[in-house]
Amino acid sequence: MSEAETLEAVAPRAKKPKQITMVQALNAAIDEAMAADEGVILLGEDVGAKQGGGVFKVSSGLTEKYGEHRIRATPISEQAIMGACVGAALTGMRPIAEIMLMNFVTVAMDQIVNHAAKLRFMSGGQTNVPMVIRTTTGVGVGFGGQHSDMLEAWFAHVPGLKIVTPSNAADARGLMRSAIECNDPVIFIENILCYGLKSDDPGTDYRVPLGQAAIAREGSDVSLITYGRTVLDALEVAETLAAESVSVEVIDLRTIAPFDEATVTASVRKTGRAVVLHEAVRAYGTGAEIASRLHESLFNELKAPVQRIGGAFSAVPMASVLEQAWIPKKEEIAAAIRTTMDWKR
Amino acid sequence: MSLDRDTLLDIYTRTMKVARFDEKMRSLLMSGKLATIYYTMRGQELVTSAMMAALNQDDYLVTTYRGQHDQIAKGVPLDLLIAEIAGRATGTCKGKGGSMHITHPATGVMVTTGVVGSGLPIANGLALSSQNRKDGKVTVTCFGDGATNIGAFHEAMNMAQLYKLPVIFLCQNNRYGEHTAFADHTRVDSIVTRAAAYGMKGVKVDGNDAVAMYAAAKEAVDRARAGEGPTLIEAMCYRMMGHFFGADFSYMPPEHIEEMKAEDPLPKLNALMLEHQFTQAELDAIVAKLEAEIEAAVEFAFSSPFPDADEIRKDVFEEEIAA
Repeated sequence: MSEAETLEAVAPRAKKPKQITMVQALNAAIDEAMAADEGVILLGEDVGAKQGGGVFKVSSGLTEKYGEHRIRATPISEQAIMGACVGAALTGMRPIAEIMLMNFVTVAMDQIVNHAAKLRFMSGGQTNVPMVIRTTTGVGVGFGGQHSDMLEAWFAHVPGLKIVTPSNAADARGLMRSAIECNDPVIFIENILCYGLKSDDPGTDYRVPLGQAAIAREGSDVSLITYGRTVLDALEVAETLAAESVSVEVIDLRTIAPFDEATVTASVRKTGRAVVLHEAVRAYGTGAEIASRLHESLFNELKAPVQRIGGAFSAVPMASVLEQAWIPKKEEIAAAIRTTMDWKR
Repeated sequence: MSLDRDTLLDIYTRTMKVARFDEKMRSLLMSGKLATIYYTMRGQELVTSAMMAALNQDDYLVTTYRGQHDQIAKGVPLDLLIAEIAGRATGTCKGKGGSMHITHPATGVMVTTGVVGSGLPIANGLALSSQNRKDGKVTVTCFGDGATNIGAFHEAMNMAQLYKLPVIFLCQNNRYGEHTAFADHTRVDSIVTRAAAYGMKGVKVDGNDAVAMYAAAKEAVDRARAGEGPTLIEAMCYRMMGHFFGADFSYMPPEHIEEMKAEDPLPKLNALMLEHQFTQAELDAIVAKLEAEIEAAVEFAFSSPFPDADEIRKDVFEEEIAA
């Protein structure tokens, strides 16, 4: 027996942490939150046991445990779903609205922007809206223009909303618990392409604090700032460029707004170079805000202008060849990093 | 059906509180002492007073920008309300909401929205909370006829009936959606016919008839509390002035103006009180007391400080925004 085989025989699997997918992580986090607090309820289309526990199975098994009063399968009525969550939240419940796809959030914008986001302020702090809006999206599966958008910049522009997106299953579990416990409305963006990603299970009662970025890979030459699915691309590019002796630090924001400016600024102060990457359309995106803040705070320390990478300025196309042309590519990310490395003042 | 004297007195007091408040606000606006957007409820005082008289203090209310009558009838203290309208730090919402966004959970006023129709889906959520918690509370949401053509109305009606929520949709049909007459924005004769489309109980009532209005309100409240589900009440009334204070309403035809003058709820209610053996002197004494309360509230509001500029960093999130 080799040494590894011996170890395996002595402590079979006990030392190997259990793996969970992002869907399982989200399900576990919601399950735990529901067990801990009767006020946690879920409203959304198809979320009940009769409908199979949600289109992506995130609420699988929850109706059986908590009943139809807490897992409310709704009509296709996004305004009514969102409004009901706002109202329930005003009484101190912690509702979760599941909006199947992010583009459908647009038909409930009034409830989110005019009500969920503003009621704490407009009431002078007498009320607050502790709700989570769970929604999924993603480019790369051929769903086309109305089922793929990342709209985080729309919400980041609205005072009163927090926006979160996990890039891995463990963060999904920890961020969901924190989002449910947050006393303000949180938009929780899930990427369809990440649902099957596996992480070591961080276990029960795991929390990732909102507003805290993660250094996904340490580096010293360039800071690559991103979130969600593109964190995976960023890590691959960082690995590729390491072979060229370019050391890339990858920052996973996890909370898109308000973002962890301290961590981002500290990283860019160290590296002197920054590239901001997101799947959403590049123009007017959150990357513009982050780049602008870096220019404002670190202008004299930057070795190159902050580069931005994002989706093309068109609707997300259906045909695979077009979709792949639309989405930020790894070569583009690498090229942007090289641009910052080669910059001459 | 008739009303007992206590209930009648209750409705009268709420109604006259609203009416004298409104008169005072209009005089402050006319004299320039107050400069703000104000949506007078002249003509709709009784509808809401009869509704609120049928509720408990801790029942929930969601109303709209034309909602000061609803808030007062529900019990929001006048001093805090007027201070809010005047943008003072002592107002219900520290001057951050204003007349269109009055919130006062202590009296059950959970949301006042400036967006037509948006209150209905929120009312469902309050009612859903009560249903889950079995706290016995009823939620009322007030809106005008104009709100019944926005999608939120239909989504909310369907969901309320689907879940049999303890909610009452009180449509104060004042016959105008902003400047557009009812017949020019809706093809059916009555809003109440829409209740049937959702399998919901609907009641149409003369909102200027205290006895009928209270009976409709009470029945809806009893049904909701008993777990029998929502009711749509279409209460017919008139908006006796323009869309907002100072707005032209010459688009109202003369015969409409004659009709609404004849149906003015205030003299009708006064006559009803006399029929029920209240004396005019008793009624006048009640009104005099209300007027004194309103004067004191105005005095409180105008002697209160304006909010601190730092308030823009507070209440955005639970944690303060850094300066």
